[in-house]
Amino acid sequence: MSETFTDDQVLEQAAAWLAGGHKVALATVIETWGSAPRPVGSQLVIRDDTAFTGSVSGGCIEGDVITRALDLMERDAPEILEYGVSDAMAWEVGLACGGRIRVLVEPVKGV
Amino acid sequence: MQRQTLDALLRARDEKRAVVLATRLRDGIEKLIYPSENIEETWLIEPVSQVVKSDKSRTVEGPDGEWFLNVFNPPLRLILVGAVHIAQPLARMAGDLGYDVAVIDPREAFASEERFPGVRLVRSWPDEAMAELAPDARTAVVTLTHDPKLDDPALQVALKAPCFYIGSLGSKKTHAARLERLTAAGFDEATLARIHGPVGLAIGARSPAEIAVSILAEMTARLRT
Repeated sequence: MSETFTDDQVLEQAAAWLAGGHKVALATVIETWGSAPRPVGSQLVIRDDTAFTGSVSGGCIEGDVITRALDLMERDAPEILEYGVSDAMAWEVGLACGGRIRVLVEPVKGV
Repeated sequence: MQRQTLDALLRARDEKRAVVLATRLRDGIEKLIYPSENIEETWLIEPVSQVVKSDKSRTVEGPDGEWFLNVFNPPLRLILVGAVHIAQPLARMAGDLGYDVAVIDPREAFASEERFPGVRLVRSWPDEAMAELAPDARTAVVTLTHDPKLDDPALQVALKAPCFYIGSLGSKKTHAARLERLTAAGFDEATLARIHGPVGLAIGARSPAEIAVSILAEMTARLRT
């Protein structure tokens, strides 16, 4: 059943992209409060040309996470991002559902 | 994350082995912990066992800072008894839900690769096949044949195992007869109440694919609520 896609395949995709010579970063939901769209442990993998697969929210914060992930691909240390309720009328990144989440973003290092 | 950590996580998944990845949030230091092995750091023993059992990852406060414990359990399993029409969409959709699916049917015309591409097929008698597959608390078992000679032996093994879901296809009348036979075989009422029969949520399902949706919805409810 190769066409199926669960969270597990995010890591598989990361390995495939690394094997293809790309730089890759991984984002993981590490804590949630209130009504968060994806549970703790959910992952998003980001490729150096902005391709991505998986998710850490319902699509609300992925854009921002991807931008941050591209920035830290060259660095060694992970970064922790926090997102809260967004004002739907403003151009601000956040969660429309009213939850709050913490996301660990880290480069995948080594060959 | 280190590349070798990623490789180890993928290897553990291939070997269907549980693993917990502990990451220190301050600096990204990683430890891979296999619950089946001795855990050196005593402070990690209890939280690791808790995340594995609950299948829920979480952060913990360690002696040297905050750590994130990400649990990677082997996939949930679904054992289908009867390689019948309903089993085809059910096996496909269960794959999308992340289940590792096995289909038991001694009838080779039913349990063919062509009908079930990529699905594990066990072509022995259900009691033998079930003993071989050894269902556990992360396993669902659904019988689909309507044939007591095939369904009942599988149910007898499932009822003695801690499966999180047992379902049996068949009308109310068929199910009542099934319960009578299993009672005669020595199962008490409380044990038999574990069988969901008629199987699936009542959504008026008619086609095999719709019935598969109703079964998977009921399985999900048992698992998550």
